[in-house]
Amino acid sequence: MTDNVRSVGLPDERPPSNTVGPLAWLRNNLFNTWYNAVLTVLVLALLATAIPPLFNWLVVKAHGFGADSTACRQGAGGACWGFIGEKLRFILFGTFPWEEQWRPLATIAVFIALLVASCDRRLWKPWFGLVWAAGLAVVAILMWGGVFGLTYVENTLWGGLPLTIILSVIGLAVAFPAAILLALGRRSNMPAVKVLCVTYIELIRGVPLISLLFMASVMLPLFLPNGVSIDKLLRAQIAFIMFAAAYMAEAIRGGLQAIPKGQYEAADGLGLTYWQKMRKIILPQALAISIPPLVNTFISFFKDTSLVIIIGLYDLLGTAKAALSDPSWRGFYREAYLFIGVIYWIFCFSMSKYSQKLERDLNRGHRR
Amino acid sequence: MATQTRTTQGAPPPGGVSFSLSDPTFRSIVYQILVVGAVIAVGWFLIHNTLDNLARRSIATGYDFLGREASFGIGESLIDYSPRDTYGRAFLVGVLNTLKVSVIGIILATIIGTVVGVARLSSNWLIAKLASTYVEIIRNIPPLLQLFFWYALVSDSMPPVRQALNPLPGVFLSQRGLRVPVPAPDPVWTTMGIALVVGIAAAWGVSRWARARQARTGQPFPAGWAGLGLIIGLPILTWLAGGAPLAMDVPKLAGFNFTGGAAISPEFFAILTGLTVYTAAFIAEVVRSGIKAVNWGQTEAARALGLPGGPTLRLVILPQALRVIVPPLTSQYLNLMKNSSLALAIGYPDLVSIANTTLNQTGQAIEGVTMIMGTYLVISLSISIFMNWYNKRIALVER
Repeated sequence: MTDNVRSVGLPDERPPSNTVGPLAWLRNNLFNTWYNAVLTVLVLALLATAIPPLFNWLVVKAHGFGADSTACRQGAGGACWGFIGEKLRFILFGTFPWEEQWRPLATIAVFIALLVASCDRRLWKPWFGLVWAAGLAVVAILMWGGVFGLTYVENTLWGGLPLTIILSVIGLAVAFPAAILLALGRRSNMPAVKVLCVTYIELIRGVPLISLLFMASVMLPLFLPNGVSIDKLLRAQIAFIMFAAAYMAEAIRGGLQAIPKGQYEAADGLGLTYWQKMRKIILPQALAISIPPLVNTFISFFKDTSLVIIIGLYDLLGTAKAALSDPSWRGFYREAYLFIGVIYWIFCFSMSKYSQKLERDLNRGHRR
Repeated sequence: MATQTRTTQGAPPPGGVSFSLSDPTFRSIVYQILVVGAVIAVGWFLIHNTLDNLARRSIATGYDFLGREASFGIGESLIDYSPRDTYGRAFLVGVLNTLKVSVIGIILATIIGTVVGVARLSSNWLIAKLASTYVEIIRNIPPLLQLFFWYALVSDSMPPVRQALNPLPGVFLSQRGLRVPVPAPDPVWTTMGIALVVGIAAAWGVSRWARARQARTGQPFPAGWAGLGLIIGLPILTWLAGGAPLAMDVPKLAGFNFTGGAAISPEFFAILTGLTVYTAAFIAEVVRSGIKAVNWGQTEAARALGLPGGPTLRLVILPQALRVIVPPLTSQYLNLMKNSSLALAIGYPDLVSIANTTLNQTGQAIEGVTMIMGTYLVISLSISIFMNWYNKRIALVER
């Protein structure tokens, strides 16, 4: 009997050559049908014509960071990184006093540290709010100065990347509680409150941010009692807060709607008051669901801060544009826009990747 | 029984309202009065200050200035306009310019976005990577920065008018934008337009009749081809009947600028390209998620029923994908329309830019801002209402 059974297994066979290996990958992913083959060849031809000149411009023919504008203009055909080298500190920090520019740099570092730390979900505890408050206080001291031997710097001199980050982070921080109230108001049973909240949200979402910035810059001074005036930065900040509150309220409303009715009924059944119910049962669940859309709101908000250029503030885009108006460096807009485009892109792209990761992590509990 | 239910809901006991804060109905009324009172108080405070400030600066309120002479020129306009026209007409020019760039932008962004969205799902690795690179780069850069880039590309990098690039005969590309030849004016173009409208109406009628007949008799009718024939054929027939005019209005260099042909200004090019490229990246994501939302089993089921490829897509996949696509697509259209206000930054005369000039010249800040906001609200609401109507038409009809 045992003679009929092989005692030694056959040697492992390699998988068929048309399913593994680079050739098979090429066939399956680039040449699987005739039209895909045509498309692949077309795209490769396109890339072959586009990439070498681009690379030449960026690197081979480019002038280094030390180059001056006359050298750049003579040897045309390449990027002029000398422009960035010359204007780097102006683009990043605006008109902040030259010797004090370590302060906006430190501000950026504080903000990045806070943002990176906030990505860790283990730190999402109430005490972390205190860390943020401390961070913002440090930022205020760094930017304004006037204490601890730092010279006082008016906020009209602020500019560049710190201004972009301050407008978006402060705007978000102030708008968040307002957005929660608006979202709750929109789902309230009280008709008057509901109508007010819906009107506010839809009014703000129906008009472009520019019109709000206009309103803040030309109408806000009229709204205030005679003799009271607020500076341009604060007016822009108010417009951003109003804008962000409406959009974030909609993100939070999405989270509130996703909470099953049973949760509300159970809270009512326990005899909790409205605020107890919201604070202890509904909002913790709703906010967790709405974090990914909130991060997306924050990304678009971060991009939208560039609009302050229209009311005459110098954020990152504003300083780049101002740097271009220097007569000796006119025309190097590709370098300037590429440089700040990369900065914006790094911020937004990392936030969007984080939001996607968060969405996956938060969904894990619901998947079976 | 009725009394019991009402009491548990917190309604006043029969016989009157209880004026106690522990009665939820009364409490809610008190809260609402407080909130509305606070809003009115703040509103009154602001209006009072505003009137006070206006009186102090002796600015008259009201929209009378709309009838006054604007005395500023506008670069491009869809209707006749000269600086001697009124502010009201200038504002109308701005509204039409906004609508022009929004409508063309929405159409182009939808086409590009759909192509890119489908390309991201392509089985071709290279195409899919290329499409996702486009989406990831464009989505994460502020639209205003992109607009500045496109504008600088034309106004800084293009040759001056006298050395205009001439890529195709009659087409000129220079700092002043693009000049293309257009058919010379002829009465037949108007007739062709009417024929096109008639053709579309006839195609719609044919498709209704064909559907009714198929429902009644089971006989299919190639309504799609017949409709296409009507829409294309009728205008061509009118053109032939009108003597088939072929004369073109070709741009010519005269002095410091071109005359003749149609012009696309650098501002219009920049705002249109910027908005289209930016919004297309978002629409691509919307389209991709919509297609992915349709279960593969739907395609298999359609095949099992014997439906060929075309009808599978048209009758099974698309109706389900559209249901997912339409709501976010609407908000992208609204975003594009609102982002067209960025035109102000590059000098395209849209409604914000013209209202801005108006309020700088007249000092009528409040009127200017309310006109901008009001117009955008009206356009937003119209797009929302149309898309909601369309969404309802294609929404899932549940039992």
